[in-house]
Amino acid sequence: MTEYETTETLDVKGQNCPMPVVKTKQSIDGLTSGEVLEVLATDSGSMSDIAGWADSTPGVELVDQVEGDGLYTHYVRKTE
Amino acid sequence: MSTETPNAGGTEGEEPSRAELAARVGELEDRLADFEADTADDNPKMSIIATKGTLDMAYPPLILASTAAAFGYEVTVFHTFWGLDILHEEKSKSLQLSSVGNPSMPVPNVIGALPGMDRMTTRMMEKQIADNDTATIEELIDTSLDMGVEFQACQMTIDLMDYDEDDFFDGVTTGVGAATAIQDMAEADIQLLV
Repeated sequence: MTEYETTETLDVKGQNCPMPVVKTKQSIDGLTSGEVLEVLATDSGSMSDIAGWADSTPGVELVDQVEGDGLYTHYVRKTE
Repeated sequence: MSTETPNAGGTEGEEPSRAELAARVGELEDRLADFEADTADDNPKMSIIATKGTLDMAYPPLILASTAAAFGYEVTVFHTFWGLDILHEEKSKSLQLSSVGNPSMPVPNVIGALPGMDRMTTRMMEKQIADNDTATIEELIDTSLDMGVEFQACQMTIDLMDYDEDDFFDGVTTGVGAATAIQDMAEADIQLLV
């Protein structure tokens, strides 16, 4: 189903703004270029927040977002 | 009338020629490229002035600071007056919510002014924060410091409140004043007073 391989998974279930974005950034910093981070969140605001963050932040790219059963899963690639 | 003017072309010599316009565009493109080259390497900057020390007003500067840091901003938060309490290791644990003068409070001002009401509304909010798994003030400060946010404690207010420089969280910058804040604001892409 996915055309990308997840390198690492970040679990921020239960956490709210601003933590999903902030912890995603901290986890991405630990990856190398080309690797994809999977973020598991229950904060519905994370859909807009992580998309907006990835759009405005150099060096990251939003690959995919999946929503279902109260879980919001984000895939972010480090690009530089 | 006015729609005929561009087509008339009867005023040659006064209007710039196509070649002149092209030269001007080229010149502007060069200047834009120089400008972009000058600014491209610099991270964007954000400057926040935090002046409030109630539990509710402690959150916005910390949430915005940590989020901006995640966006790659270099963030400074200058804490002055009651905003100092957010950085005060002891006082930050007991920030209060005022039940008077806040129209969003569930109690009328006349009730909110009764003894013990502030403590009650503060407890209610602390419980909501815990139930909702909202980050605590200390977590937000720790995370922000980890991400390189610079917290500054206004020296004049430290002296005014009779605080000690050791009262603040490790990593907080002291010995700074309004001029430092102005300098940060002047260089910042985003400036906020909270």
